[in-house]
Amino acid sequence: MIPEIGQFALILALCLAVAQGVLPLVGAARGQERLMRSGTFLATGQFVFLAISYAALTWAFVTSDFSVQYVTQNSSLALPMQYKVTAVWGGHEGSLLLWVLILAAWGVAVAAFSKALPREMLARVLAVLGLVSVGFIAFTVFTSNPFERMIPMPADGTDLNPLLQDPGMIAHPPLLYMGYVGFAVVFAFAIAALIGGRLDAAWARWSRPWTTVAWVFLTLGIGMGSWWAYYELGWGGWWFWDPVENASFMPWLTGTALIHSLAVTEKRGGFKTWTLMLAILTFALTILGAFLVRSGVITSVHAFATDPERGVFILGMLAVTLLASFALYAIRAPKVGLGGGFGWYSRESLLLANNALLAVACAAVMIGTLYPLVLDTFSMSKISVGPPYFDAVFTPLMLPLLFLIGIGPTVAWKQSDPVQTYRQLRYVLVVSVLLGAVWPLAMGAWSPLTALALMLGIWIILTAALDMRNRMARRKGRGGAAMVRGVMQPSYLGMHMAHVGLALVVIAIAMVTTYEVERDARMAPGEAVSVGGYQFTMLNVGPVEGANYDADRANIVVTRNGREVAMLTPEKRRYFSQPEMPMIQASLNRGPFRDLYVSLGEPLDEHAWIVRLYYKPFMFWMWTGCILMALGGFLAASDRRYRLKARESSGTSQRVDTAAGKAAGEVG
Amino acid sequence: MRRGRSVGFVVTVALVLGLWGAADLTGSASAGRIPVGMPLEFETDEQEEQYRRLVRELRCTVCQNQALDESNAGLAADLRGQIYEMTLDGAEREEIVDFMVARYGDFVLYRPPFRTDTLMLWIGPFLLLLAGILVWLQVIRQRQQMAQSRELSPEERAALERMERDE
Amino acid sequence: MLRYGLPLVVMVAVLGLLFVGLGVDTRTLPSPLVGRDAPSFQMEELRDPDRVLTEEDLKGGVSLFNVFASWCYSCRAEHPYLVELAKQGVTIYGLNYKDTRRDAEDYLRSGDPYEWIGFDPEGRVGIEWGVYGTPETFIVDADGVIRYKHVGPLNPRLIEEKIMPLVAELEAE
Repeated sequence: MIPEIGQFALILALCLAVAQGVLPLVGAARGQERLMRSGTFLATGQFVFLAISYAALTWAFVTSDFSVQYVTQNSSLALPMQYKVTAVWGGHEGSLLLWVLILAAWGVAVAAFSKALPREMLARVLAVLGLVSVGFIAFTVFTSNPFERMIPMPADGTDLNPLLQDPGMIAHPPLLYMGYVGFAVVFAFAIAALIGGRLDAAWARWSRPWTTVAWVFLTLGIGMGSWWAYYELGWGGWWFWDPVENASFMPWLTGTALIHSLAVTEKRGGFKTWTLMLAILTFALTILGAFLVRSGVITSVHAFATDPERGVFILGMLAVTLLASFALYAIRAPKVGLGGGFGWYSRESLLLANNALLAVACAAVMIGTLYPLVLDTFSMSKISVGPPYFDAVFTPLMLPLLFLIGIGPTVAWKQSDPVQTYRQLRYVLVVSVLLGAVWPLAMGAWSPLTALALMLGIWIILTAALDMRNRMARRKGRGGAAMVRGVMQPSYLGMHMAHVGLALVVIAIAMVTTYEVERDARMAPGEAVSVGGYQFTMLNVGPVEGANYDADRANIVVTRNGREVAMLTPEKRRYFSQPEMPMIQASLNRGPFRDLYVSLGEPLDEHAWIVRLYYKPFMFWMWTGCILMALGGFLAASDRRYRLKARESSGTSQRVDTAAGKAAGEVG
Repeated sequence: MRRGRSVGFVVTVALVLGLWGAADLTGSASAGRIPVGMPLEFETDEQEEQYRRLVRELRCTVCQNQALDESNAGLAADLRGQIYEMTLDGAEREEIVDFMVARYGDFVLYRPPFRTDTLMLWIGPFLLLLAGILVWLQVIRQRQQMAQSRELSPEERAALERMERDE
Repeated sequence: MLRYGLPLVVMVAVLGLLFVGLGVDTRTLPSPLVGRDAPSFQMEELRDPDRVLTEEDLKGGVSLFNVFASWCYSCRAEHPYLVELAKQGVTIYGLNYKDTRRDAEDYLRSGDPYEWIGFDPEGRVGIEWGVYGTPETFIVDADGVIRYKHVGPLNPRLIEEKIMPLVAELEAE
């Protein structure tokens, strides 16, 4: 009964989404207030029914209702309760339900936080979100119904994929979907602006916080996925350039570009059409990601059980989205002004370079991801494109970008002077180069790429610090409080935090790829191995029993200079659902400057086991960097000026726009 | 709809059980097999370096997307054994790569070969970078002119923008 | 106009590619061995350990070279079809892949379609043939050149539409 309620609620939500996609749009076109206002009501209703539907599926999991096919395929009686709850999104159908639920939640958030928006604008934004919802809910209902019954009902389920039975998986998909779906909001703002023909600075200011928040979630989602892969897949890898990872990384790259391009659009009225294009493309890339993961067109570790029919549906959705948006774009964009002029060396020109590099980087990832498919389609040959390719192509595109991060924030809008920048940053440049060159020597092995990456990481951190110091110095006359306020301004501080976060990630990547120590060993109880200055001593290996698996667990004590550092307990698990595929459960000791990482391989004889030991320097910095990036984004999005100006924006947008136009003419 | 799904499921199970999962069960009988993490002896550091690089750059063909280094599949263990033996016999990196490609095709290479059909794969991103630089220069020149010209009346500005777009 | 229409054109191209790509079977690997001489090998016969088989034993007529193992479920599925093919006079050689003699002989109790069976307990001959999953079936012509490879169990449709016509064609050569 409960699953039927869920199904019914899902269909009702679809109906409401259709209404939400149509009525406010009609209202905005005809100037009918009541129809426009219906958007808020419909978005809330849609959310409520999706929540009911989601709750019904969760209930089916919690009560182990194996008459529901999806529950059978992703749960079992023995599955621990917390994983029953998260198993709801462990497969294709349920994850799609989570997706539409989050989409509806964003819709409600937009309705709640955008009271200051002009009515027509809000109506159009909600309508576009409604149309996106229609696509995804219809996809769920017609191709991927999670409530499908199964008769006869099996006695037990086939269990959740053991890889997903992990705390990291509890947070990863919701965060990632929050990010993906957040860009639907950004897209909706862009389309609403295109429909209304109002592509002014106010539109950019409204879009900015939403873009940043979506980006924050996507950053956290990707970071969490990487963190999960790192300890769960067993061999210490944290990024594989797998098609599914790339599917989330591509919108991250264009989303990052969008954040920077929006800054120009808001402050200077420039790059409007490009900003629009990025907003559309980023959203399209999130759908493309869904396609790659769910259609089976690409071979990947993470892909869902797939079905070409679903691929056709998503492709249709993508086609409609893109054709409609670009047709609208092609009609409206030529009428949009170019904004203010600027010199070849200015904040604008550097942000333009940033965007060019990010766009090319995204294109490179896309080429690498889709190229095997292209060759396959034309039956030319069957190739693999893996990490060696992406490392070779992606790295040279990122290095100049990292260098620009250090310069960008110190350069003035409109017109600046490179000589002045040089004077300002020369000591930092020298210090960065020296530190970057010496650090690898201190680590024991020098390579040019490592040194360069470290230089750039240090460069970003030092230039951020210097810029904050200079900003304070400029306000010296106005007293200490003003100095602190200047630096503590959320959007400014957030920017530097995000940049420093990226620097930490870069340093971590350079460190761990260069100085990681990997050691394969045969260990019997009492035997010891030394890795990275630590002694690993195997105490014993014994059986342990989990709720839905049994395992062998090794107890390995780690000492340094005779002092115990940690007790590591790697396991090799056999889940009852797939006993023929043992799972590696690595054990880690994390520290600020190194992780110690141990995986248990196969038994060699009665006593000895294969053990793989890693010393992984600076991994902590990678996760810290991701969190800093996200915090920086949150801080920037929370800046009061978005809220204050939004309230008065309906009246002032015209003025802002002409002001930008005037500013453009001032030089010369 | 439902049938498509269950067929996919059966195929997956067949893949897992029939093609490689079960290979693990019988695997312990063979000598050339190297399980993940098995400590290996090499005569020289170069040999070890070569082996470690190869197992990272060659793909396990039965897995979804995994390098030989990390795969528990039976075939991956056999191929690690093959690479190890060839390395100890003094085979060069290219020899081993050619050996694998001759038997399993280019698909085993995570570093795709540089050929006519992969030309765009390798130079495409750099062509795009070049295009990006050209666009950057073009936009900069245009905006510089805008910045340098005196303030125009709204009509003049509109006309100018129309002209720029039409060129 | 071009710069506003261009994104549309590019997108249509990408969508078209993805649509065509949906129909492509991305899982099967084409074998580079097709069109080449069968790899050289030397192995014991399964049932007659004293007999040593080499690639010369493949020559002299068109044949199927079938890779199987007792632990492989899909092999059991295709086994009756092989038996049927053998009855129709098709020459089938076997490669018993990563198996034990006893298990393989048990497996063959339900019917033995093979002229001879190479015994490859460590999978070394399998590597030479680029075997990555069982069952796999090669079609080898009279000169010992590999002409076709199929990965996965044979089925009546495949046999009728592909295997038999190709065998007939090669025999006519």
